[in-house]
Amino acid sequence: MFRLLTRDLRLAVRAGGGFGLGLAFFLLVAVLVPLGVGPEGAVLARIAPGILWVGALLACLLSLDRIFALDFEDGSLDLLATSPMPLEGVVAVKSLAHWLVTGVPLVLVSPVLGVLLNLPVQGYGWLVLSLALGTPALSVIGAFGAALTVGVKRGGLLLSLLVLPLYVPTLIFGAEVVKRGAAGLTVGTPVLLLAGITLGAAALLPFASAAALRVNLR
Amino acid sequence: MSIWEYANPKKFMQTSGLVLPWVAGLSALCIVAGLVWGFFLTPDDYRQGSTVKIIYLHVPSAMMAINAWGMMLVTSLIWLVRRHHVSALAAKAAAPVGLTFTVIALVTGAFWGQPMWGTWWAWDPRLTSFLILTLFYLGYIALWQAVEDPDTAADLTAVLCLVGSVFALLSRYAVLFWNQGLHQGASLSLDKKENVADVFWVPLVVCIAGFVLLFLTLVLVRTRTEIRARRLSALLARERMA
Amino acid sequence: MLLSVSDLAVARGGVTVLEGMTFGVAAGQALILRGPNGAGKTTLLRTLAGLQPAVAGAVSVPPEAMAYAAHADGIKAVLTVAENLEFWAAVHGTRGIGAALEAMDLVGLRNRRGAHLSAGQKRRLGLARLLVTGRPVWLLDEPTVSLDVASVALFAGVVRGHLAGGGAALIATHVDLGLGEAVVLDLSAFKARAAAGTGAFDEAFG
Repeated sequence: MFRLLTRDLRLAVRAGGGFGLGLAFFLLVAVLVPLGVGPEGAVLARIAPGILWVGALLACLLSLDRIFALDFEDGSLDLLATSPMPLEGVVAVKSLAHWLVTGVPLVLVSPVLGVLLNLPVQGYGWLVLSLALGTPALSVIGAFGAALTVGVKRGGLLLSLLVLPLYVPTLIFGAEVVKRGAAGLTVGTPVLLLAGITLGAAALLPFASAAALRVNLR
Repeated sequence: MSIWEYANPKKFMQTSGLVLPWVAGLSALCIVAGLVWGFFLTPDDYRQGSTVKIIYLHVPSAMMAINAWGMMLVTSLIWLVRRHHVSALAAKAAAPVGLTFTVIALVTGAFWGQPMWGTWWAWDPRLTSFLILTLFYLGYIALWQAVEDPDTAADLTAVLCLVGSVFALLSRYAVLFWNQGLHQGASLSLDKKENVADVFWVPLVVCIAGFVLLFLTLVLVRTRTEIRARRLSALLARERMA
Repeated sequence: MLLSVSDLAVARGGVTVLEGMTFGVAAGQALILRGPNGAGKTTLLRTLAGLQPAVAGAVSVPPEAMAYAAHADGIKAVLTVAENLEFWAAVHGTRGIGAALEAMDLVGLRNRRGAHLSAGQKRRLGLARLLVTGRPVWLLDEPTVSLDVASVALFAGVVRGHLAGGGAALIATHVDLGLGEAVVLDLSAFKARAAAGTGAFDEAFG
């Protein structure tokens, strides 16, 4: 299992491209939104939590199809499915690898983008915390969508259509944490609900994803 | 005699062929009677005027939009557990019907909301939930169309339906948390105090019965079409083999 | 018997292609699957590997005994030959890739990246993977595609060594591997009858 993780990380680092694109996309969103809505600090501060969360979510979406598609095309997935590793474990490890190369950089860079969007000072901690809690759910849910569409040629758009509705609860609770945090309100409830979604998704969805992969491999 | 006998396509085709005209006729009767009664034979609401009468389209279609997803969930489970093809095809057949009911509920809601709330659209929890439900239907239908092999498509969509149901419920409560909303409470409930007055209630129930039967009719017709399409492709495959 | 199959039927795309297959493979034995294109060789091997369900019948084999090798070798372009092989060795919990590299004549290429391998070299790496799985039953789907004559002979030697060590192999191939001792199984004998060929949806006509 650990070897699969190190292999996936090494592949991501050496192949470059794909995963760095998500970060660039996140930056673009944070630059383009003020250009679109105008430079007033008060307006930007109001919409910053939502924009940052939507940006992170879309950036995460960009690299989802790579979770399984590359291994499906070159036959590795067949070989992994016949290996001693349970397919559920393969899914979980690959989701983790996706989070490490996509989610973690987004979390780390988000305070900088918060500055661009004039996020109130008390919101930064909550922004980082909510993204750190929520992006694993994005990777796990995304892996489920990727498992469903792995056999579909040019399935990128279909993948977005399947995954985005599933992202709704994560987005709502994640953005709510930042919104309340930035306004200086208590954030206990949305933080707990966000953590609940992440833990629930990480515990249960790999089973559904593995089932979908098995169907796609036959 | 077990209920699963009806999962045999041949038996299903025979039975549904017999039942279909009756269901269709009864549905037309209920809908026409319910709508005429509701539109012309009930008094105007003292607050909402005649606008309230859109309730006879809005409430039944909103109910069926949710019930259709529920039916898809049940048939998907039956397919996953018992591998009856008719069940998978019924789920496939129900999805576009459910989507249509969802859109009808949204559009009639907009027509109702405009004079009442002064806006066509508000990010009210119920409206938002229905919009999200539309997205779930679209994804489900798109997945059926994207996957070529019918059994693979049936399996994948069934898994999506199960996972989607959980997330649809989560979204429903997330949306409630997000915004408390303008929407009036339930028009129908077992608690008498919350109910609309009897004069409105009886034609509404007739309309709902009509919409349930309409849904049944459409799903039966579409399932029969799907079965015929599967028979056709089975025949073609048989020809290729020979 | 290492692997025994009784009354097996397999389907491709919902259409049963082979049925009534009963055969066994003992330790030290190789079975060559013959049949025209589309006969169901790949389908049979994938079913045996557990990648797809059988329509009917039973396959009995010790747990975790099968190693499957297909047209796609699962080689990562950005990893070196040694890294590719080490990964599969780690997945299967075996140690040491030296013997596998040597057997498939890959020692000189061990630090070359997958992207810079020729088709034949990739194939040799794909077959070397079988050795690091440490599994006794090899399921090989056209293993000699893009191999030159010398490499085919090399591979035949590897298979022979595997059989001598108590392994077994099922090989779908059109090429004569020079395995004189192998048993040939002609799949055209098990071709599914057209009437039974509609697979699972046959109940539609029941």
